[in-house]
Amino acid sequence: MANPDSSLRLSAESLALIDVEVAKYPPDQKQSAVMGALRIAQTEKGWLKPDLIEYVADYLGMPAIAAYEVATFYNMYDTQSVGRHKITLCTNLPCTLMGAGELAEHLKNKLGIGFGETTEDGRFTLKEGECMGACGDAPMCLHNNHKMHTHLTPEKVDELLDKLK
Amino acid sequence: MSLLKPTPQVCSWTQALDHSASLATYVANGGYQALRRVVTEQVSGDAIIAELKTSALRGRGGAGFPTGLKWSFMPRAFPGDKYIVCNSDEGEPGTFKDRDILRHNPHQLIEGMAIAGYVLGARVGYNYIHGEIFEIYDIFERALKEAREAGYLGDNLFGTDFCFQLHAHHGYGAYICGEETALLESIEGKKGQPRFKPPFPASFGLYGKPTTINNTETLASVPWIVQHGGQAFLELGKPNNGGPKLFSVSGHVNKPGNYEVPLGTPFAELLELAGGVRNGHKLKAVIPGGSSAPVLPAEVMMDCTMDFDCIAKAGSMLGSGAVIVMDETVCMVRALERLSYFYFEESCGQCTPCREGTGWMYRVIHRIEHGQGRPEDMELLNSVAGRIGGHTICALGDAAAMPVQSFLKHFGREFEYHIEQKRCMV
Ligand SMILES: Cc1cc2nc3c(=O)[nH]c(=O)nc-3n(C[C@H](O)[C@H](O)[C@H](O)COP(=O)(O)O)c2cc1C
Ligand code: SF4
Ligand code: FES
Repeated sequence: MANPDSSLRLSAESLALIDVEVAKYPPDQKQSAVMGALRIAQTEKGWLKPDLIEYVADYLGMPAIAAYEVATFYNMYDTQSVGRHKITLCTNLPCTLMGAGELAEHLKNKLGIGFGETTEDGRFTLKEGECMGACGDAPMCLHNNHKMHTHLTPEKVDELLDKLK
Repeated sequence: MSLLKPTPQVCSWTQALDHSASLATYVANGGYQALRRVVTEQVSGDAIIAELKTSALRGRGGAGFPTGLKWSFMPRAFPGDKYIVCNSDEGEPGTFKDRDILRHNPHQLIEGMAIAGYVLGARVGYNYIHGEIFEIYDIFERALKEAREAGYLGDNLFGTDFCFQLHAHHGYGAYICGEETALLESIEGKKGQPRFKPPFPASFGLYGKPTTINNTETLASVPWIVQHGGQAFLELGKPNNGGPKLFSVSGHVNKPGNYEVPLGTPFAELLELAGGVRNGHKLKAVIPGGSSAPVLPAEVMMDCTMDFDCIAKAGSMLGSGAVIVMDETVCMVRALERLSYFYFEESCGQCTPCREGTGWMYRVIHRIEHGQGRPEDMELLNSVAGRIGGHTICALGDAAAMPVQSFLKHFGREFEYHIEQKRCMV
């Protein structure tokens, strides 16, 4: 525990997953695995602290600045802390035509926060998303980047929020 | 349904089957026969490209470029590394067809990519999958594993010297990575910023090597064409518009979803398949090819057939085949405000006209929507849009300008009303 870096170090499982990513690309192109590696790191640690991004860059043998550029360019990486449950609601036009606007109001009222904010207890972060390529199942949201919930209604949103502790 | 007969459904035939995504289902219905035949009989790449040309298969990713012609640009005899890349970064608002191919028919895409690898001389391929559909990425990874274990991917396929390996690359939230050169940058582990062209990917692509990039639906159509011939595919559609196409119908219809129908199908028929306009409302407008395509008023749309040529003649684009339906309750100012915000948010920031212009247009539309529009705003919008289109590195600039110009052209009266009356017309 005395090691100041122990909070940064990724679990053996995460490192094994990163190695799977690295193996997809030519041996001299390890940087190609940075998107997957940052995703895996974020999934384990919740969000990408600067030190964590550096750790990932080191692991892949690439300059830290190049990994920062990636982490800040793509919307699904969180370079600020987020709640335990990040809810990203798609509000692009097709979803809005199918009721995403009303759901946004419902979520904001229910959680008492706006888009881009986190509840005081650190339980929820609410984000506005762009088209998720699933407009036929609108309206929809994404939970912690990876689980999609479709055909939402205010009742279904309430049920979902209740389940996420 | 199966791949054994020339069914009218090219990409969506597995959807009705149990375990639609499994290798067993695919193989039991004729899957991987086309690949096996071309590899074991050493069918020439030229012959396959000729079939693609006959088929009039046009790229399903947005631009409608003839696939056979694109493949012929590859320096196939070039001895070094070459790549085949699939664009499953489906992020064009309104489009959700590639997700269904990955979810229900991943092996047909894998087979199509392996055939592409064989023809183009690529030993490695990548499929770039949209960030927000992680569960679908998992399904595709499982399909890859099945295909490797069954010997449809890997070294010395079917006992020949043909080797082909395929990997999935997962995006993480950037619309611009759908642009093919931004996508390549992203696979290289960089920010997704489009490259200046030329050089084109066929000469300088992934890792600087010759690369062909096609959309998911395009590549998934290849096994069918190889199996049944280019002529049969052409006959499913209409001249210069071969085959059927998946249309993603969203918005104000009773049954949103994907419908695979022949190119050339009347829009009215497609609308009916999607259950008609919801609640018996009146149709107001349709964006026929994803949010970047110019909007068309109901009257124009009802006279169109769904193919590249007819929609272009009507003043829009078939694009990705994403049909966004809007009924009479839609405020066009509000709709355009949301689309403009999207392009502003997703501009990669490399070119001044796009970076500054998208924000400018969004702010002006925002103020019109919020009752602070000025009489000169419509002219201003047209002028800014006109200065972005054609003056940028990639087509996102045009994609941002076209909605603005078309909404003003067809629904200008609503914008004027907003500016004068400071409220909605609908
Ligand atoms: C801003 C932008 C976004 C794009 N998004 C996609 C996309 O999500 N999927 C896709 O296949 N093509 C997309 N394209 C088109 C690709 O650049 C490319 O033309 C296409 O993948 C080629 O495949 P095809 O010939 O099979 O259509 C996009 C283009 C631009 C300019
Ligand atoms: S047009 Fe826009 S998105 Fe495309 S390269 Fe230029 S700034 Fe980036
Ligand atoms: S607009 Fe929401 S998923 Fe496409």
